[in-house]
Amino acid sequence: MPATSLVIAVAFGYLCLLFAIAYWADKRSDAGRSVVSSPYVYALSIAVYCTAWTFYGSVGQAAIGGIDFLPIYIGPTLVAILWWHLTRKILRISKTDRITSIADFVASRYGKSQLLGGFITIAAVIVVTPYIALQLKGVSASFNLLLAAPAFHDGNFVQPSAFRDTALWVAVLMAVFSMLYGTRHIDATERHEGMVAAIAFESLVKLLAFLTVGVFVTFVVFGGVGDLFAQAAERPDIAPLFTTVGTRGYGGWVTLVLLSMAAVLFLPRQFQVIVVENVDERHLAKAAWLFPLYLFAINLFVLPIAIAGRLLFTPDAVEADAFMLAIPLAADAGVIAVVAFIGGLSAATGMVIVETIALSTMVCNELVMPILLRLAWLRLAERGDLTRLLIAIRRGSIVMLMSLGYLYFYFIGGSYALVSIGLLSFAAVAQFAPAIVGGIYWKGGTRSGALAGLAGGFLVWLYTLLLPSLARSGWLPIEFVDEGPWGIALLKPYALFGLAGLDNLSHALFWSMVANIGLYLGVSLVTRQSAIERIQATRFVEVFQHAQAGSRAQLWPGSASYHDLYELVARFIGKRRAEQSFAAYAASRNLALGKLSHADADLMHYTERLLAGAIGAASARVMVASVVKGKNVGIDEVLQILDEASQVIEYSRQLEQKSRELEAASSELRAANIRLREIDRLKDEFITTVTHELRTPLTSIRSFSEILFDNPGLSVERRREFLDIIIKESERLTRLINQVLDLARIEAGRFDWQMEAVDLPALAREAVLATSQLFKDREVALELDLPRELPPVHADRDQLMQVVINLLSNASKFSPRGTGRVTVRMIAVPGGVETRVSDNGPGIARENQAFVFEKFRQVSDAVSGKPQGSGLGLAICRRIVEHFGGRIWVESELGKGAVFAFFVPFAEAPAPAVATV
Amino acid sequence: MKSVLVVDDEPNIVLSLEFLMKQAGYEVRVARDGDAALAAFRDRAPDLVLLDVMMPGKSGYELCQTIRANPAWDRTKVVMLTAKIREVEREKGIALGADEYVTKPFSTRELVDTVRRLVGDGDC
Repeated sequence: MPATSLVIAVAFGYLCLLFAIAYWADKRSDAGRSVVSSPYVYALSIAVYCTAWTFYGSVGQAAIGGIDFLPIYIGPTLVAILWWHLTRKILRISKTDRITSIADFVASRYGKSQLLGGFITIAAVIVVTPYIALQLKGVSASFNLLLAAPAFHDGNFVQPSAFRDTALWVAVLMAVFSMLYGTRHIDATERHEGMVAAIAFESLVKLLAFLTVGVFVTFVVFGGVGDLFAQAAERPDIAPLFTTVGTRGYGGWVTLVLLSMAAVLFLPRQFQVIVVENVDERHLAKAAWLFPLYLFAINLFVLPIAIAGRLLFTPDAVEADAFMLAIPLAADAGVIAVVAFIGGLSAATGMVIVETIALSTMVCNELVMPILLRLAWLRLAERGDLTRLLIAIRRGSIVMLMSLGYLYFYFIGGSYALVSIGLLSFAAVAQFAPAIVGGIYWKGGTRSGALAGLAGGFLVWLYTLLLPSLARSGWLPIEFVDEGPWGIALLKPYALFGLAGLDNLSHALFWSMVANIGLYLGVSLVTRQSAIERIQATRFVEVFQHAQAGSRAQLWPGSASYHDLYELVARFIGKRRAEQSFAAYAASRNLALGKLSHADADLMHYTERLLAGAIGAASARVMVASVVKGKNVGIDEVLQILDEASQVIEYSRQLEQKSRELEAASSELRAANIRLREIDRLKDEFITTVTHELRTPLTSIRSFSEILFDNPGLSVERRREFLDIIIKESERLTRLINQVLDLARIEAGRFDWQMEAVDLPALAREAVLATSQLFKDREVALELDLPRELPPVHADRDQLMQVVINLLSNASKFSPRGTGRVTVRMIAVPGGVETRVSDNGPGIARENQAFVFEKFRQVSDAVSGKPQGSGLGLAICRRIVEHFGGRIWVESELGKGAVFAFFVPFAEAPAPAVATV
Repeated sequence: MKSVLVVDDEPNIVLSLEFLMKQAGYEVRVARDGDAALAAFRDRAPDLVLLDVMMPGKSGYELCQTIRANPAWDRTKVVMLTAKIREVEREKGIALGADEYVTKPFSTRELVDTVRRLVGDGDC
């Protein structure tokens, strides 16, 4: 057996070696010659997945359940297929946005939500604490086992009570390492090369240790694999281990595969090594097969060692988890036992170190700082250099996490097998999956959805796994598990809502995922994203689409003067805050702002982020661009800005619509204005024309009145002649005034219509009688072609009379004296009566026909001699006929006379009897 | 004996002008439109023309322009008669070479005075 002092010396020496490696790697990194920039180191660091649980627990698991230990490694192997897409996407997003932890990732995706970040952090602490306890248990148990080796010779093993103190010391040492290499400095990228180097080394050590023990047990203690399995096959209690799927059944397998798939990506430490510590995206491709290969190798001897343990020890004499050490010790191979111990130690320390560092970053950034920054009395925001504070918080967090782990181990962990504790954590970590995977493939996921999903999933996890596990440890009454709270069977934590028949883990996974995914999708669908959420969602989901622009977002081409940037920021967040922000920046980079004339790309990016807090990311970029000199804003860059700001687009779309509406309204106004002006112009023209038309008869009246007044000696004939003219012109004036007033009244809709059933032929005869003198004077023949009877039309009798008289007098005026011939014809057409007044006058040119019914549009140009009339007659006719629901038109050809026709509808549908008379 | 040409398309106005001018002692000729007026001019340029602006065919403005364009008719005084009362119309008439611009309805005495002022008494 190895001497106590030797074991302690080796363990201590090993830890010192780790410190040395980390120190050396950090120095190399500072010097710019990174040792971790290799896909092999990267893959080894990912193997931090294999913890003390793997090292001791897999064998323990295999010893009880055969190949049950495998799904935990099949999951990660399967998920490696997805790496090139899923993980690479997470990686790209994280690099672009400088994500520092998984909590940061989720918070960032859902609108940089502090609430989400804090929630994930707390959940992670709760989840990981038992896991850390698990490592402490593994290390201290193995240590004590090694020291208590003499007891094995009797085939009995009694656990010494001292191992709890050992755990304490292990915890202290690990905390020191984490504090030294996990929080050496505060960096925007949160990468820790020294730590990564040490972890990679540890992965190598644990693999070699495992293989060494495996080879020793298989080939030295036993006569090779064949011998081992042959012996096992003869034992009826061992043989089933490698012939059946074990205790969980296939359903349990699927559950474990799924859980480990989530765990290998989303455990805080896995996220830390895979994403945060990643140096080069291309390393992912090689790690995607190196890491599964590692898993394969480290699991190669699990089953042989487990079988060997079962063959060598009587059940219950030795804990199956301790076979790794117990077999070499029983074989009296102290060196191999120490190798195994070192392997277990390295597995445990690796996990604890990375986990605590990852968690401390989360606790510091997502939990403590947001709270401290809100406490106004601390005036934290005004302090220049916060880096010391940040380091202190992180170191404090590490101590706290280690303490929690130790306390959990001390009070609870002693009672439970390693595997159970580990699976508890896995099931909890799986709760992150919907929010993360949904977040990077589905833009619709909202902050509320993610919060609801996570909260729901964790509550179910708490109820169906954690509380029962506490109950089993005696911390809660066990009746709660067996009979349900308050005896309600439906709420039994292991058979929720009556779902029985599954193992506890599958049961918990099923219900927690139902709650998680259901709430995530459901709440996301009914809630709205804020602007920042939408921008982030687009950035995350479409990270590959603008991969080029994404990397450029970090670097501003061109340069800006420091002064300009300062002025810019001061404008938005005030001089004081701007000064503080830039001072903080300078302090974190050891720059003297006074000496800065030109800002580098980093400072510009910093400025952009400062501004983004105040005015939004998209606007910030535009603002910074405005002060950057020598920078050509490319079209793709502009597109990216637009891309990022889908909200801005939406907003501007609304603005555009508003402005379009305004434009439409103003163009309507313009049109209305034009119409009004046109109306005004027409009115003006109308008045001018009316005035002219009024002045003409007035001129004659005045002239002849004055002539008569000035010449009392005129002959009676002359006097009569002149007075006759005065009378005629007065009549003309009166007629004109009446027409203008009629027209004005009709147009204003104030005409007093007396609608009735009118006998049109009778009316026509009357009109002919009234105009007969006119025709006689002008020597024009008038013919009537009227049916004996027509159904009455619906009209105002007097106005309709005016229309007919007007048409008749026009016809008489335009017909040639002597040979003139005017015909009035009426015919019943469908729906009404058509009246046609035709003459054999000069006719109206086609181009003028449209105008004759307009005001003052006499076609006098076409005839020799000015026609009598005001130019209002036909305009009034048209309005009258149209008021009756009819229409008026002219049919004519130049030189072939004209037909003025109008249609007026019947008063009612004509009775057939009347129509046929 | 001074001669006056009356150009208007309103028969009653022509009648009154003819009466007034004859009474004032002028020789009066009448034209019902622009073409008739030009024919009368070519026959013998009058001493004065009373010209209506709004006429079918050639307007009074056009006729005035034609008269002024012919140096042979330089002597003839032009008096525009119009119902257009806007100041711009008056200015247009004067600009086109009219000697007077009289708006309708006019005072017969003033019109006769205007004609006299332009060409002197008809009898001498």
